[in-house]
This record gives sequence, C-alpha cells and structure tokens, in this order.
Amino acid sequence: MEVPILKQGHYLIASIQSALTDADLSHLREALIERVGRFRARGVIVDVTALDVMDSFAVRTLRDIAHMARLRGAETVIVGIQPEVAFAMVQLGLTLKGVSTALDLEEGLAFLNMQTQVRIERGGPGRIDRG
Amino acid sequence: MATKGKDAQSPLTDPQAQTESTAALLRELVAHLRQNRTQLREEWARRITRAQLLTAMTEEEIFAEATSVYDNYVEALETGTFEALQAYARNLSERIIPRGVETHEVVGIVLLLRDVLARSLFGKYHEDFDKLNRILDAYEPAANRIANTVAVGFVQERERIIRQQQEAIRELSTPVLQVRERLLILPIIGVIDPQRARQLTEQLLRAIRTNRAKVVVIDITGVAAMDSNVANHLVQTVEASRLLGATVIVTGLSPEIAQTLVTIGVDLSEMATVGDLQGGIEEAERLLGYKVLPLEEVTPKA
Repeated sequence: MEVPILKQGHYLIASIQSALTDADLSHLREALIERVGRFRARGVIVDVTALDVMDSFAVRTLRDIAHMARLRGAETVIVGIQPEVAFAMVQLGLTLKGVSTALDLEEGLAFLNMQTQVRIERGGPGRIDRG
Repeated sequence: MATKGKDAQSPLTDPQAQTESTAALLRELVAHLRQNRTQLREEWARRITRAQLLTAMTEEEIFAEATSVYDNYVEALETGTFEALQAYARNLSERIIPRGVETHEVVGIVLLLRDVLARSLFGKYHEDFDKLNRILDAYEPAANRIANTVAVGFVQERERIIRQQQEAIRELSTPVLQVRERLLILPIIGVIDPQRARQLTEQLLRAIRTNRAKVVVIDITGVAAMDSNVANHLVQTVEASRLLGATVIVTGLSPEIAQTLVTIGVDLSEMATVGDLQGGIEEAERLLGYKVLPLEEVTPKA
C-alpha cells in the first residue's frame, strides 16, 4: 500500500495507514528522501499511530529515514508509537537510538517548530551573514 | 539387571502373595496401633514437648492435634488412601501457619510419630526377628508416604499464603501521579521483580498517553536493592517512554544502589538522574518551561 506524503509548510508528513510490507517501507524511504530535496523540507514527520506491530525491518527503515533526511537537511520525528508497541520494541532491543520521537502529530509539529525556531533565530533560512 | 531384580524378590516369589501378606501385616499393625492408642499418643506428645517443637502451641492443643493426627495416620495406614490425611494436613496447616509454626517443626513431629510407632513395634516383635522385619517392610513405605503427604501439604499451604500476599502487594502496586500539566511522577517502593517491572512499564506508558505527559519523574527512593535485571528493566522503561515522546528523570538512587550499579557495570549513561525527588521535579519543571517563584518576587510590594 502506498503511504501518502503530505506537504505542510516546511514539513513533510507521512501518515502510515495500515501494516506495510518491506517493499512498501523501502518505497516510503526513497519517496521521502527524494521529496525532502524537491520541496526543500525542513522537517519530516512519520505517523505510525495505526501500526500495532513494528518489526526490526520497520524500525531500521525508520531510523534510516531519520539519518538520511538529516543528511539532506531535514529533522525527522516519529510520532504515535503505541504503548504496547513501545514496550515490545524495547524488549526486542529496537530502541530507535538517535531518532526523535513524539506522542502524536501535534507534539511532533510542536517539536519541529521548536527545532527550526532555533535555526531561524540563529540567522534565518538561506540568509547569508554579512558579518 | 533383570536377574538382580528377581533376586531381590526371591523370598516372596509370587507378587500376589506378597501384596496379600503386606495387607495382612498392615491389618495386624493397625490393630496394634488401635490397641495402644492412648499410650502411644501420650508418648508422642511427650516427645514433641521434649524436642521443643510446636512451641507456639499449648500442651493441651498439642495433645488434641496429636490425637487427630494419630487417628488420621492409623486410618491412612489401614485404608492405604491419603486423601483424608491430605485434607487434614491442609486444614491443620491453615490453622497453624498464622501462629508461626515452621516447616521443620511439622516435618519433625511427623518423623517423631514415625519413630514412636516403630519403637513400639520393636517392643512388640523383638522376640520374632523375622516377623519384625516383615512388619517393618510393610510399615516403612506407608509411613514414608504419610510423612511426605503431611510435609508437602504444609509447604503447599505455605506457598499458597505467600502467593496470596504477593498478589495483595501487587494490587497495592504503583500509582502514576500527575503533579503538573504534562508532568507525571512514578514513585516505586519495594522489590521489583520481572512481573512487577512489566506491569509498571505498561501502566506508565498508558498514563503517558492518556495524560499527554512530556516528562516523567521515576522516584526509586523506596527501592532497597537493585541488581542488573532490575536496572535493565529501568532502562527499558526509560527507552519505551522516550519512544512515546516523554523524557524520564530517575531520582533517589541511594548510595548503595549507585555503588552496586557502577560495580556490576550497568550502563545508565542514557538515563537522566537527579539526586532526590525535589531536584527531579525542579529539573522537570525546567524542561517544561515552568519557573516556581516565591509570591513576593512575582507581585511587587505596594
């Protein structure tokens, strides 16, 4: 199943609606990384609220998305991990190290706003400091 | 091997005859025990007192219990069924466990009875050594089984009580408290076993979701000891909370626990720790953007 990727301001939002196959996940990763460049996105939100199972491939793909997006200049946040899923993940040792997480979409947006705010305050996007 | 087994059976070649004679011997035995009931019972109660067993009970109580145990014992010998004795042992355990009777005492008194009866048999048959041997052959296995039944009944009852109490403790368990908007506190008191750790984590994760918490302070002042298992549970809880977008601060690690953790080499570098609960809440408020000030500093004096 194709995962819809929405553009909202400076952010891309990928909302996973149902269980995904490994191929779907890989496709999502490629689509997101490509669009980060195309839309010059500052942040990526992956919403996994609908997932009640998360296997090691899914976790690795999410981690890869976060790291790749960071290389392309966008901060990633994973939102909506269910309590049971979180518990199962840590028991399996899949802890998404180095990846930001938030409770839900609202929290994720707040988090990204805060992150980009810091950058804007430091000089704004694309502004060349003339010293 | 087969020949050896046969040799052992050789005195009584016919197994049928053997069973029959055992039954006959047991009948004789039971008759003897019924006849000398008063005397043997008294002897047994005396021995219990002398061995200083069942000190939690009065002499009359010991005698009363000794009588019913004796009768049940003889009945089990006679019928060869242990259900009645088992039920009695359970019932007895239920009565005496709350009074602080220990396992060794229960095992001790049953072994004493076994000894008292064996001695009486020695007394009766000491002239006919062959017969004594056969009587003991019939008596010993049954007596062992009885001793076993009573001891197991007692231990089972004890374990049942322990389970019940564990259950009760678990129900008291651990509250997840909200002290401020988006700030939860989880005070942990007592022993953390795997089951409790699991329950605790699940409870906390649910609470994070329903309260939309951003920061959680886990206070472990009330945890007396910690080993690598417990520490790993704690780390798992912290990581699971992070997956839900909440930051966890652990407070109240005692000096002993701190030393243990460093000595056994548990990696807690991923965990934010603060000395006490107050410090933890202050840190949490800072993370949430709160600032607590005395009233004078906020409202300028008129």
